[in-house]
Amino acid sequence: MFKKIVSIFLILIPVNAFALIEVDITRGNLNPLPLAVSPLSIDEISKKSFQKILDKENIGSEISIIVENNLKTSGLFNPLDKRAFLQAPDIANLKPRFEDWNLIKAQALITGKVNYVDDKLRVEFRLWDVLAAKEMMALAFTTVPNNWRRVGHIISDKVYERLTGEKGYFDTRIIYVSEEGPKTQRIKKLAIMDQDGANNKFLTLGNELVLTPRFNPTSQMVTYLSYFKNMPRVYLLDIETGTQEVVGDFPGMTFAPRFSPDGKKIIMSFAKDGKSDIYTMDLENRIVEKITNHPSIDTSPSYSPDGKYITFNSDRSGYQQIYVMKNDGTDIKRISFGNGLYGTPVWSPRGDLIAFTKLHKGKFYIGVMRTDGSGERLLTENYYQEAPSWSPNGRVLIFYRETKTNAKGEGFSAKLWSIDLTGYNERQIKTPTDASDPSWSSLLSN
Amino acid sequence: MILNKILKNTLLVLTACLILSACATKKEVATDIKGQMQGDVYTGTDTVEYLAEGVPDRVFFATNESILTTASRETLRAQAAWLRKNPGINVVLEGHADERGTREYNLALGERRANAAKDYLMTYGISSDRITVLSYGKERPVDSGSNPLAWSKNRRSVTVKAN
Repeated sequence: MFKKIVSIFLILIPVNAFALIEVDITRGNLNPLPLAVSPLSIDEISKKSFQKILDKENIGSEISIIVENNLKTSGLFNPLDKRAFLQAPDIANLKPRFEDWNLIKAQALITGKVNYVDDKLRVEFRLWDVLAAKEMMALAFTTVPNNWRRVGHIISDKVYERLTGEKGYFDTRIIYVSEEGPKTQRIKKLAIMDQDGANNKFLTLGNELVLTPRFNPTSQMVTYLSYFKNMPRVYLLDIETGTQEVVGDFPGMTFAPRFSPDGKKIIMSFAKDGKSDIYTMDLENRIVEKITNHPSIDTSPSYSPDGKYITFNSDRSGYQQIYVMKNDGTDIKRISFGNGLYGTPVWSPRGDLIAFTKLHKGKFYIGVMRTDGSGERLLTENYYQEAPSWSPNGRVLIFYRETKTNAKGEGFSAKLWSIDLTGYNERQIKTPTDASDPSWSSLLSN
Repeated sequence: MILNKILKNTLLVLTACLILSACATKKEVATDIKGQMQGDVYTGTDTVEYLAEGVPDRVFFATNESILTTASRETLRAQAAWLRKNPGINVVLEGHADERGTREYNLALGERRANAAKDYLMTYGISSDRITVLSYGKERPVDSGSNPLAWSKNRRSVTVKAN
């Protein structure tokens, strides 16, 4: 559904490929690149038309604010204060006076223009290298006016990609569990929002407990655990149609679901007689396969991006540890050997790392290790936090964190947080209610 | 002189160790005296409800464990006797974990705990047809505190009448 709506129409001008600005995202960036996001210029007629349709005073500056916020939260860029800008948006978009932008120390400049054309929103934008006094990129989009936020996200992704050399992650959504009520009687609903917290929507009513939603590769389907009729089972939800169905016919609890990277299978745990094993179900032919067979608890399975391997956690050694096996369940190898307990392994979309939760001496950590278990790196420590989920470019992790209650059992909260793979740039993601179990979608436009 | 200094330091460290270990022992004794926990298994009656007179509805577990303690087995034998006297009653065993574990593992752990209770009831003559197991993981704590005592009350399997 999402992919159909926004189409990128044309690349305006082919630009010379030599880039002078480069942002290194492989290490913590303590000197974010100063850049100026000039408000997108808009003519009076277009302005009035969008005011009527979208109830926004100036859609041009609204879109540029989205771009500014995205680039800022990435931690890699430092958008400069608009009040220091010397050149008017419309003139800047035609031909920036580079010395003016140089004066306020902007190294890159984003300009653009918004038009109302045949009931549609047409946006063009340009990225300029201020020091080299050159245009780096120019693109135009046409879409329905209601998609204006997505246009802002797509511009952010294009800028991020041009300046870092890696795909962005802004035109994405987060599915999570919204939480309300006392800790002993939490009401939980599935909720979905844009990556920046906008367009929050609830997908279930809260009549039954729901947990651990995860997107399929196209981000149109979600698999999750529901306690519908007091029977904890893995479900499949089509976000567009709202259709829900139970996955498979198991005589007991199924949980910890995820999609395979091709979206054709669901991998999950099935608990019976005190044992939990890992199963897959093919969504087309409904064939169920048992992948692990051990008297221990095997759960939280996650495929490698090529689908050839599965990482999971198991207490077969006595305590919860992380393992990797082939996708048919053979060749099981333990990979976590540090102090403490290890859980919730998730394979990076780049394939090189596994993110995890670690519990050691009463503290919870989010960390990453290579897929053979070497190079363990802990990114953040707290009283309670777990369940990392990767941004589609594998550079950022989102997870949830719970606070300790006081002696009376009050003061509990659960919030979503994100942190860069570098361990820098930790941020809370604002949600209308308490929140847990976040899952990051793929890029909605490519 | 240097040797003297080393000796002195060693002595200091030794004394520190002694003081520390004394503290640790004292603390453990204190919780036992309070009668709320043994090891880290809850032994109090704060949250316990009764299926019938003398038949407590729940048993408690140690951290990450699903082994039944002597007290738990006694409780379950009382439940089994009551169930034998009331053949029309079926039960749901609700397994729970504390908040100090990852969500998915805790779901499995709750299931394992409820099954430990189920197995014991079955060895005392209760048919598996009468027992349903339902794990809540850490989703339904009975005590919302963030301390060892609260966690011990939450690591439990509760026998609930199904009809």
